[in-house]
Amino acid sequence: MNAAELREIWVDVCESHELLPELGARALVNGEQVAIYRVRDNLYAIDAIDPFSKAAVLSRGIVGDLKGQLVVASPIYKQHFNLQTGACLEDNTVSVKTYPVREVGGRIQIGM
Amino acid sequence: MKKTKILVVGNGMVGHKFIENMLNSPQAETFDIVTFAEEPRLAYDRVQLSSYFSGSTAADLMLTSEDYYRSNGVHYVLNEQVTEIQPENNCVITASGRKETYDKLVLATGSYPFVPPLPGREQPHCLVYRTIEDLEAITESAAQSKIGVVVGGGLLGLEAANALKNLGLDTHVVEFAPRLMAVQLDEGGGLVLRKKIEKLDVKVHTEKNTQEIVAGEKCRYRMNFADGSYLETDMILFSAGIRPRDELARNASLSVGERGGIVVNNFCQTSVANIYAIGECALWSGRIYGLVAPGYQMAKVAVSHITGGADQFVGADMSTKLKLLGVEVASIGDAHARTPGALSYVYQDGINEIYKRLVLSPDGKKLIGSVLVGDTEVYGNLLQICLNGMDVPEAPEQLIVPASDGQAASGLGVDALPETATICSCHDVSKGTICCAVRDGATTIGAIKSMTKAGTGCGGCVALATQVMNSELTKLGVEVNTDLCEHFPFTRQELFHLVRVEKIQTFDALIEKHGRGLGCDICKPTVASILASCWNGFIMKNELAPLQDTNDYFMANMQKNGTYSIVPRIAGGEITPDKLIVLGQVGKKYNLYTKITGGQRIDLFGAQLDDLPAIWQELVDAGFETGHAYGKSVRTVKSCVGSTWCRYGVLDSVGMAIAIEERYKGLRAPHKLKFAVSGCTRECAEAQSKDVGVIATETGWSLYVCGNGGMKPRHADLFATGLDDATLLKYIDRFLMFYVRTADRLQRTSVWMDNLEGGLKYLKNVVIDDKLGIGADLENDMQRVVDAYQCEWKSTIGDAEKLKRFRTFVNSEKRDNTVVFVEERNQIRPANEDELVRFVTSTELETA
Ligand code: SRM
Ligand SMILES: Cc1cc2nc3c(=O)[nH]c(=O)nc-3n(C[C@H](O)[C@H](O)[C@H](O)COP(=O)(O)OP(=O)(O)OC[C@H]3O[C@@H](n4cnc5c(N)ncnc54)[C@H](O)[C@@H]3O)c2cc1C
Ligand code: SF4
Ligand code: FES
Repeated sequence: MNAAELREIWVDVCESHELLPELGARALVNGEQVAIYRVRDNLYAIDAIDPFSKAAVLSRGIVGDLKGQLVVASPIYKQHFNLQTGACLEDNTVSVKTYPVREVGGRIQIGM
Repeated sequence: MKKTKILVVGNGMVGHKFIENMLNSPQAETFDIVTFAEEPRLAYDRVQLSSYFSGSTAADLMLTSEDYYRSNGVHYVLNEQVTEIQPENNCVITASGRKETYDKLVLATGSYPFVPPLPGREQPHCLVYRTIEDLEAITESAAQSKIGVVVGGGLLGLEAANALKNLGLDTHVVEFAPRLMAVQLDEGGGLVLRKKIEKLDVKVHTEKNTQEIVAGEKCRYRMNFADGSYLETDMILFSAGIRPRDELARNASLSVGERGGIVVNNFCQTSVANIYAIGECALWSGRIYGLVAPGYQMAKVAVSHITGGADQFVGADMSTKLKLLGVEVASIGDAHARTPGALSYVYQDGINEIYKRLVLSPDGKKLIGSVLVGDTEVYGNLLQICLNGMDVPEAPEQLIVPASDGQAASGLGVDALPETATICSCHDVSKGTICCAVRDGATTIGAIKSMTKAGTGCGGCVALATQVMNSELTKLGVEVNTDLCEHFPFTRQELFHLVRVEKIQTFDALIEKHGRGLGCDICKPTVASILASCWNGFIMKNELAPLQDTNDYFMANMQKNGTYSIVPRIAGGEITPDKLIVLGQVGKKYNLYTKITGGQRIDLFGAQLDDLPAIWQELVDAGFETGHAYGKSVRTVKSCVGSTWCRYGVLDSVGMAIAIEERYKGLRAPHKLKFAVSGCTRECAEAQSKDVGVIATETGWSLYVCGNGGMKPRHADLFATGLDDATLLKYIDRFLMFYVRTADRLQRTSVWMDNLEGGLKYLKNVVIDDKLGIGADLENDMQRVVDAYQCEWKSTIGDAEKLKRFRTFVNSEKRDNTVVFVEERNQIRPANEDELVRFVTSTELETA
């Protein structure tokens, strides 16, 4: 059992098939905007707000890998964020929050 | 300490070079410099004068600026001719009566075009070719003429002929000697050159001695020749040689040559020690040098002498390489084999009209001269072998005979050259200097040009400079990495070929076969664009969707606050009042900020993701299509109102603009593409600043290519003239497809062309002459793209599944609360950071 599954609150956001491979989706969870991704059958979730532009755009970035890290590129000024840790590759003083995410019974859920 | 006052008469190429060198000398502070310029502007690039006819402006040609002079404390007077020198008083007198003293006087008065003393030569439309004002007069005269004659078939004459041809005149060249370019070429070379030029529809008349110019019957004038024949023409351009402007020196009793020219010694001093002469007015060892490089050397020598250095002028190389009317011509050293006992090798290819001659020393070991016509690729190598006194290979013919694999002969290679070898004679740049620049980080020819100036004069040395650069890069172990990104060890061009040749349809297939990893925001959109250019599939297809930038994905342009702008296509900028009303209504209904764009259309800003489908539904219903403002694709075709309304218009520019926009809309490319069509040469549509520019003339459309505005504005180059509608579209088809196939990622057409080996000329070869034999292929490719066109928005709003993408949240109907607008000038705009904080706090307070 990993840390994520120890969470008490899991918020149900959508059907599994609504989350397309390598295409981010955005969910509103307890008033927070969360960007969710499916990459090679794994799920990731980070804060959707781009710390550089303050716009909620990270679900709309291109997903890929850079130097061995899974990343999403902000569509505004193109910084990359690590999907697993939230760290910004271009500026190590900046990072975004990450969220636990899981797939249960054909539904995607975010841990709060 | 009193400063030494230097007075420079003439601010041409060499006069300016002198001043520039003077300012760069360590003793610059100890001199005061004054210059008088007879022309209305400071020095400009006379060597590139002809580019004025293919789009350069006077401003482009400037070699310096008044700002530069002013900030360096150089006093200059424009429009002021010096009329007298008083060597005994150390002063000069000017046309306006001004008297100016000097400590050192530098004459850099250049030369004037020689006009043979024919009766009738002083009529209007009888012109010369030396200054920008001459060019303006030529342009004006050409507009009222159909036929033009150039008198003189030398280097400048042929350049002038090219200009007349570019201006759309039926062009003739009249030469007194039995062949063209008699000074530089031998008989064989002259003959081949003539054939090539005649093929370009320039009529050549040799051994014609003009006797008089009288009124013509069919044309404005008739030129009567000594042999009884005649030629009718509307204008005449004299290019029968130059004469040094030595009148000032002559009247001041300085020594001048029998046939003109101010006599100078090895330090460029005239017969009066504190008076120097440099450039085309100077006569050194019985010779006048009509080229800029020797003039620059003289400037350097004079500066050295004045500042206490020991440089001497000991003659200069007169070798030249030129492109005349698109024909490559070069001449090195003793081209006529006048050296007693000289040996010659001649290579002649009658089919491709190539002529090459090597002239060797009597012992056959050294190269002393050469003539090349039709193919000058080996020029750089030969020149170096000749100038550096290197031994020729065992079988010297290797130097000019093409190698059996069809590649040009490579000669000795740049590695054999000494470090001191001059690569660029215009700017006196040595091999060592170029290598140094490479070691300092230059890896492109563009960087070499800006760091060393090599290649920025006549351009003749670019190929050689590139070889030197590449060889040095290899030596440093630098492999210039042209990989697209860490996922693909290929350039965009290479990927394009792989996709086409292997008929690859998806990103996954491509990365599996030729790449590694998952991809990134560089390679994904690039491959999406390649797939779209090749197969023009629907960009919203599921497999392509994750590859697109958000703009392409949502078919709108993301703004700083995460909202989008909407730009419907308004082809050619033409729009009905009804459609305008629809745009107004939509803007109002969805509360969008509206603005007229710089591309003659209307942009609606501030749309939230989930409003995009509804907005587009209304736009599509009203007959609008997407404007692709988001894609690396065809943007706008700007038009002027043209012949339909405008009293000056000669063709229907709006009609053509719409035809072009309708044809190429949707084409995906390495970068965005912009077009314009003007209805006459007043050019209200600014076509010469576009990737593809079209201008109507009396004889049909003129096509310009590879211009752009933006960060580094560049004028488009004239590509073809007198085109009918079909030929125009054919050339554009080929041009665009060739660009799409071969350009690098985010390379606009200008940068692409500048990096194409052979540049504009090569492009013309491919597009107009179909040298690669791919013309039909390119046209077919384009037709396929045209046929596959669909409005992406129209296809999307009919597809419920795809519309789901436009939801703001997968789990809520709420709107994005980070999007906040405030009002300004009666429209919305995104709140700035301050306002945002205030706004959020106050709403939170309200809800609390
Ligand atoms: C809307 C508009 C400004 C305006 O309010 O007038 C505009 C807006 C943008 N321009 Fe532009 N450009 C607009 C006309 C121009 C023009 C003028 C023209 O086309 O005649 C130029 C100079 C001409 C040229 O491109 O040669 C121009 C040169 C650029 C450049 C610099 C390109 C370059 O090669 O240096 C960029 C950056 C780029 O493309 O990489 C750019 C990029 C952009 C982007 C896409 C920047 C971005 O990523 O957000 C802007 C977003 C458009 C949007 O949100 O809708 N825009 N831009 C104009 C839209 C025209 C249209 O109807 O499509
Ligand atoms: C169309 C064309 C193409 C050419 N192509 C090439 C080429 O490809 N390669 C090459 O090497 N060379 C080329 N040349 C030649 C090159 O331009 C000249 O060698 C060079 O300009 C000589 O420089 P200069 O300063 O001596 O003379 P100029 O550039 O002519 O400058 C002399 C200046 O002095 C001014 N002046 C003269 N008398 C007075 C006075 N009394 N008072 C004040 N001002 C005065 C003149 O108005 C002029 O501005 C070309 C020339 C032309 C016209
Ligand atoms: S370019 Fe010529 S035809 Fe077009 S609007 Fe301007 S003046 Fe009229
Ligand atoms: S030789 Fe003329 S630019 Fe280099």
